[in-house]
Amino acid sequence: MKGMHAKRLRLYLHYVSINVRSSMQYKTSFLLTTLGQFLVSFQVFLGIYFMFRRFESVKGFTYGEVLLCFSTMLLEFSLAEMFGRGFDAFSGMVRTGSFDQILIRPRNEILQVLGSKFELTRIGRMLQAVIMFIYGVTHCGVHWNFCKMITILFMFIGGTAIFCGLFVIYASLCFFTLEGLEVMNIFTDGAREYGKYPIGIYGKKMLIFATVVIPYALVQYYPLLYVWGRRTETYLIFLPLLALLFPIPCLMLWRFGVRRYQSSGS
Amino acid sequence: MKKYLSFFRLRFLTGLQYRTAALAGIATQFAWGFLEIMVMKAFYETDPGVYPMTFRATVSYIWLQQAFLAFFAVWMVDSELFEMISNGNIAYELCRPIRIYSMMTARNLANRTSRAVLRCLPILLVAAFLPKPFRMEPPVGIAEFLLFVVTMLLGLSVTVAFFMLVYVLAFYTISPQGLRIVFCSLVEFLSGGVIPLPFFPEPVLRVLELLPFASMQNVPLRIYSGDIAGEEMVRAVGLQVFWLVALVVVGSMLCRMAERKVALQGG
Amino acid sequence: MITMKDVCKSYRVAKRNAGFGEACKSLFRREYETIHALRNVSFTISDGEMVGYIGPNGAGKSSTIKILSGILTPDSGEVLVDGRVPYQNRIRHVAQIGVVFGQRSQLWWDVPVIDSYELLKDIYSIPKKQYDNNLEELTILLNLSELIRTPARQLSLGQRMRCEIAASLLHSPKLLFLDEPTIGLDAVSKLAVRDFIKKQNELHGTTVILTTHDMQDIEALSKRIILIGNGEVLMDGTLEDIKRGGQSIDETVVELYRSYEI
Repeated sequence: MKGMHAKRLRLYLHYVSINVRSSMQYKTSFLLTTLGQFLVSFQVFLGIYFMFRRFESVKGFTYGEVLLCFSTMLLEFSLAEMFGRGFDAFSGMVRTGSFDQILIRPRNEILQVLGSKFELTRIGRMLQAVIMFIYGVTHCGVHWNFCKMITILFMFIGGTAIFCGLFVIYASLCFFTLEGLEVMNIFTDGAREYGKYPIGIYGKKMLIFATVVIPYALVQYYPLLYVWGRRTETYLIFLPLLALLFPIPCLMLWRFGVRRYQSSGS
Repeated sequence: MKKYLSFFRLRFLTGLQYRTAALAGIATQFAWGFLEIMVMKAFYETDPGVYPMTFRATVSYIWLQQAFLAFFAVWMVDSELFEMISNGNIAYELCRPIRIYSMMTARNLANRTSRAVLRCLPILLVAAFLPKPFRMEPPVGIAEFLLFVVTMLLGLSVTVAFFMLVYVLAFYTISPQGLRIVFCSLVEFLSGGVIPLPFFPEPVLRVLELLPFASMQNVPLRIYSGDIAGEEMVRAVGLQVFWLVALVVVGSMLCRMAERKVALQGG
Repeated sequence: MITMKDVCKSYRVAKRNAGFGEACKSLFRREYETIHALRNVSFTISDGEMVGYIGPNGAGKSSTIKILSGILTPDSGEVLVDGRVPYQNRIRHVAQIGVVFGQRSQLWWDVPVIDSYELLKDIYSIPKKQYDNNLEELTILLNLSELIRTPARQLSLGQRMRCEIAASLLHSPKLLFLDEPTIGLDAVSKLAVRDFIKKQNELHGTTVILTTHDMQDIEALSKRIILIGNGEVLMDGTLEDIKRGGQSIDETVVELYRSYEI
């Protein structure tokens, strides 16, 4: 069993290597796209910056705190995009029939879809996120200790898992219809856009939705309250790890979708 | 003129075919509008004193922005057109008795209009009946409304004319995707698509108002609620007209030169 | 090798209509129609045979191939390939087959062909010795030594097709599906590809199923022909059965289609 996982990892790394080598053939395009990614995020940052030049805080959350919030969300999203782009762009694969190519190979489809795309250019956004993160960390007046750092780490892990799960849902929906998929963007791009601010500012109903339906609050709002020292319950440190359960129903949907694809053709 | 109408009609019909896509689009835009209003509401409730617009004006700005998103969208790339230009097939269009600039304009206008038509009414209708803070208010007066309609058309035209430049420039050089991403998001930012222009710091705002981007969605969306009025309004509309004329003149001139180049070199 | 018995498959497809009125109607109600792609298709193919699977477009060829490769599950009927049911254990089944799509590439576009081969070696878990032997043999037989260090996007169609065929044989499959392998190729490349496939069949006993519209391919490669039209097997015989003295193969096939009204 252990040998099989090692082999799978090796194959995945092989995919990553061939993806990177492919994009390196077009060095200028790669650099420009990465730069473009960076600048796009920078403009989002500018938006926040302009707002906070006018307003001292929003619903009690300061500039530094919002930056911390935004940067963690952005980092998680970019990580998920970098690795999970194969799922994010899956509609193209179904439309052109490339998924048949995947079924023809004697390997797990998820591994192959993951391996089909690895976008290193997302590093542009990640860089932006890291810069904002550093700024946020130093300006939000938090007294950092080991527990809080672990909390942030867990947030990253849980948040990336949520976004990956959402990408898998999107890809699974492609098996049923190729139209109307943009609704999923509400949950992925929407989270990236509106997860800038702590979910608390949106009110109670949104908080409930973000806890029960798609567990954003578990990886953003509640652990952040702990980090900022507004709450002290220790369970908040581990709350983000619950989000690791989220991809499970997503993968079940995927499996259902693959079976449907196999019975109904393309 | 008839031929441009038929281009328009074709694109329009293609847009109508996708029913589920339209429904999904409406739902998505609704969600975005909702979330955006909630953000602005949070800021407003924190400190109404420094809030540069009335909240009513903000709400109508956001709903109108969503309803007519297709009018001013910067991410709408006519990839078919780009491909035709980059692989030279555009030369075939020269064989037809049309002017390329007008053809591209008609195409773009049709794209945007067909997409907006399907979505604007449902969004606005629902927005008009939402509970209080989210509700879209009716126009403040007949004059404002008429002016709104006029400036919307002007704003749409300025947007199309501006992006015509992008297509025309594709004749001269193939811009890499990275540049296009930066460019498009810059336009979106500067035209009030990320945060409404009044939220920009004063000195920046004064410069931005003179640029063509401020003549796109910024003017009509704020005229509706009376956020721009009086002397400021006259200036804004004047700028819209100015930019429209300037962009069309430059664009069609560059296009004519490109046509000649294509005819000489064969694409 | 292959047994197909009474295989049936149908699809539900949404109708799309032209014109303004129809477009508006489609906003409110969707109409569907059922397409019967395969109706009681049955045939047997033995080890090492080379079969030409022909028929007009939409006849059901690609559905058959998809079912045989395990990508598609039939509505009813029995399918056995090398003692296995293809769609029941996909991974074990596809490890034994090779597929070449004429119009779609399986090679990575921007990196040297050999890189794609090495990835395939990993995907199919081909033992090093087998991989090296196969690669050497294929490089010689298909004349690839100068090509494999070039990125696929820089190769001509003929060169690329040779690389594609080699790619599909690296894992020594017992069964090979060829879908339009010579489409768009110049005469020299066509001959090279045909020669190679024949040799592959002779040397390794690979069963070959060829779907193509190019009748010269069929003439050169397959003694046996299965004709499918409107989802039914209309004819299962040899080239001699349908040829009439003096006719070119294309004329023969046109007449064949006409006689079956497809």
